[in-house]
Amino acid sequence: MDVILFLIFAVVAVVCAINVVVQTHPISSALSLVGVMGSLAVLYLLLGAEFIAAAQVIVYAGAIMVLFVFVIMLLNAGAETKKGRSYLIPGAPLLIVFLGLMAYYVQRYLFPESAVVRFGGFTGGGPKDIGNALFTTYLLPFEVTSILILVAIIGAVVLARKEIE
Amino acid sequence: MMNAVPISWFLTLSAILFALGVAGFLFRRNIITVFMSIELMLNAVNLSFVTFSYQHKEVSGHLFTFFVMVVAAAEAAVGLAIILTVFKGRSTLNIDDVNSMKH
Amino acid sequence: MQLWLIPILPLAGFLINGIFGRRFSKSLVNTVAIGSVVLSFLWVLKTIFAMGDLNTSIEEHYFTWIQSGTIDIGCDFLVDRLTIVMLLVVTGIGSLIHVYSIGYMSHEGGYYRFFAYMNLFMFFMLVLVLGANFLLLFVGWEGVGLCSYLLIGFYFDKKFATDAGNKAFIVNRIGDFGFSLAMFYIFKNFGSLDFDKVFHQAASAPEWVLTTIGLLLMVGACGKSAQIPLYVWLPDAMAGPTPVSALIHAATMVTAGVYMTARSWVIFTHAPGAMDVIAIVGILTAFLAATIGLAQNDIKKVFAYSTVSQLGYMFVGIGSGAFSAGIYHLVTHAFFKALLFLGAGSVIHALSGEQDLRNMGGLRKKIPITFWTMVCAWVAISGVPPFSGFFSKDAILLAAYQHSPAIYWIGVVTAGMTAFYVSRAMFMTFFGSYRGTAHAHESPAVMWVPLAVLAALSLVGGWLFPIPAFLKAMFPAIEKAGNPMLMYISVLAGFAGIGLAYLMYLRKPGMADSLAQTFKAPYQLIYNKYFVDEIYSATVVRPLIGGSRMVLWKGVDAGLIDGIVNGVGARCRDVGSVLRLLQSGNIRSYATWVLFGSVALLVAMGLLGGLPR
Repeated sequence: MDVILFLIFAVVAVVCAINVVVQTHPISSALSLVGVMGSLAVLYLLLGAEFIAAAQVIVYAGAIMVLFVFVIMLLNAGAETKKGRSYLIPGAPLLIVFLGLMAYYVQRYLFPESAVVRFGGFTGGGPKDIGNALFTTYLLPFEVTSILILVAIIGAVVLARKEIE
Repeated sequence: MMNAVPISWFLTLSAILFALGVAGFLFRRNIITVFMSIELMLNAVNLSFVTFSYQHKEVSGHLFTFFVMVVAAAEAAVGLAIILTVFKGRSTLNIDDVNSMKH
Repeated sequence: MQLWLIPILPLAGFLINGIFGRRFSKSLVNTVAIGSVVLSFLWVLKTIFAMGDLNTSIEEHYFTWIQSGTIDIGCDFLVDRLTIVMLLVVTGIGSLIHVYSIGYMSHEGGYYRFFAYMNLFMFFMLVLVLGANFLLLFVGWEGVGLCSYLLIGFYFDKKFATDAGNKAFIVNRIGDFGFSLAMFYIFKNFGSLDFDKVFHQAASAPEWVLTTIGLLLMVGACGKSAQIPLYVWLPDAMAGPTPVSALIHAATMVTAGVYMTARSWVIFTHAPGAMDVIAIVGILTAFLAATIGLAQNDIKKVFAYSTVSQLGYMFVGIGSGAFSAGIYHLVTHAFFKALLFLGAGSVIHALSGEQDLRNMGGLRKKIPITFWTMVCAWVAISGVPPFSGFFSKDAILLAAYQHSPAIYWIGVVTAGMTAFYVSRAMFMTFFGSYRGTAHAHESPAVMWVPLAVLAALSLVGGWLFPIPAFLKAMFPAIEKAGNPMLMYISVLAGFAGIGLAYLMYLRKPGMADSLAQTFKAPYQLIYNKYFVDEIYSATVVRPLIGGSRMVLWKGVDAGLIDGIVNGVGARCRDVGSVLRLLQSGNIRSYATWVLFGSVALLVAMGLLGGLPR
């Protein structure tokens, strides 16, 4: 059952990711990216990360991607124009080597066959556990994060506001 | 054994998604698509964090994912504001036209 | 006892005048400068009275200056009888010359600067005298050298003055190098630089070690006290204002070498070889400088060579083992040579800057006070009994006779020549008829009062301050020559010199010129100072400059060092011009490089075994 679920959503994620890359119109890419994020949320659930799965759907698929779509609409971005040099020649072989090496190392060295994932094998990813860790061990990074977000808000406002003439 | 998924599969999926993100970064010319490719890469890394967290039965990986999400949100806000500014100034979304920082 | 107050007062004067003097009025500058020196003099007097019978020396420790490994050098001041003599000379004569400077410098620019430098000089000279170890003495030694340089080049808009300052500084470096080596050697052998520790061990050290140290100290003393072969800077140093010549280049700084060798008498008494070298260098300097003095026409040059010659006398005293006689002559010489310089300054001041003896004459009536005070110095330096120069010169010559009769006879001839050239200067300045054009006027009281005090000291200083008796406890006893004939001979030599000058410059004025014509070659030789400056220029200065220019500048600096530096720069530019192609500004190109780097890292991890297991 777990394997079937994993295979279904892994395939969905990969197909959507490929679609992100091959689509020329940004709005198609954006919608495919939502698909990737949704299927990743299911995989997170499979790994026992309930809170992260929810956050993935709310923050990523909900907030951030909506922001992307807004900007695409705002700029009225069309399909991209093909000009300038293509990076297929150095890029594609390098990518294949990169992927091959990564997969080889992961399979060969990092995790032996015996390490497996079962649904319910880890239950420490609920909102209560996250909250505990966040407000004890990771309190300082958490507070610093709030400042980071404040800076980002001010930066975005300053950058995107209309020039006063 | 059909009931259990090897952890390496998750990691391989993460690598594939990451590679696809890199491919999008390299082969697309639209700034917004490039930006979305970065989000794809971040998601791929998040997946491996959560997987490691499962492997070690530890909640820290989730926290890292959480922080990556926060940073991604902030980055999206600022990045998209920069894209808006660039578009206002140059009327283009082609990444190859934005190359004034050379030499 | 608060010994530190003695040097600190002039230092405070220097700081106040140096920092704020520009805005001060002249009277305020005077108050600060002279007040600080006079207070320092009074503090010396108070210290002496507080010391009682003066038989125990006092040493004060202020702080540890350098502590590193076995080196432990403190800031310590030491006062014993030798120091007392030097302190009185330095602060006493220093005060008089400061007062005199008010009048002499009144028309000069840089008034506050002059007094600031003079106070700084007093500070360093007092540190030199008070220091209880060689390094502190060396601090003062270098400091007075610096002040000497600053004051010789006081008229820095005149090239000859700055050149003279440079010459003094550079020639002194040679001597200071010897002194530094001596200190290293002392430290290596005795493990300390403190006077008491070094001298305590010196008696048991091997003789060749002490001879080496003594000779190196002698090199230092030769530089500072203008002995052969390093005397060439002192005559040029007359480019500075005349009070500077009197204070630094006659009375105090140039005697620092004598003080230092006298202070190190323990080392020298156990190194007879070094003693002989000192005596020979001293007598040669005394004789040669006196011959040069015979034919100089600049009044200050005459006295400058006279100073070199008299310093030679002091070294003869030291070298003969009569340390107290050397110090005795140091003191009396400080009186009458300071007086001669200040008197010469008064003459120059009266004639609005004229220094050439040939343009003077007949000034006896026009500036009578200056004339009479200078007469006192004249009789003192000529060795006329019972004035001060007679006592000290006699003490040295008697000691020299015990050491070696040859030195005594050369000394006697030198004494005659000394009397001759001073008489010549006096006759050409004050007697005969006036040959110049400037209007002569007597100097103000602020200038002649110090002259009068010094004149009194020159006359009676010899028996008023019996230095050898005062210092008897400090130095080893010397045998006294009982032969009164020796004394008569040297006195006779003095009178002969005066008489000869009288004959040549007053009775038969043409005689000097005709003699110069007859003995043309020797006259030219001494007139041109034995061509020593030219010889040094040809053998040392020019090869050095040429070598520096051709080898060090064009070869090493321009060729090698610039070549390396420029080469590195050029290679960097070459590499950069290739690498800058990477900086295309194209973000996808950067990303490709990042990807390439990641792949390279992964490959390297696989190849080098950076993976687990």
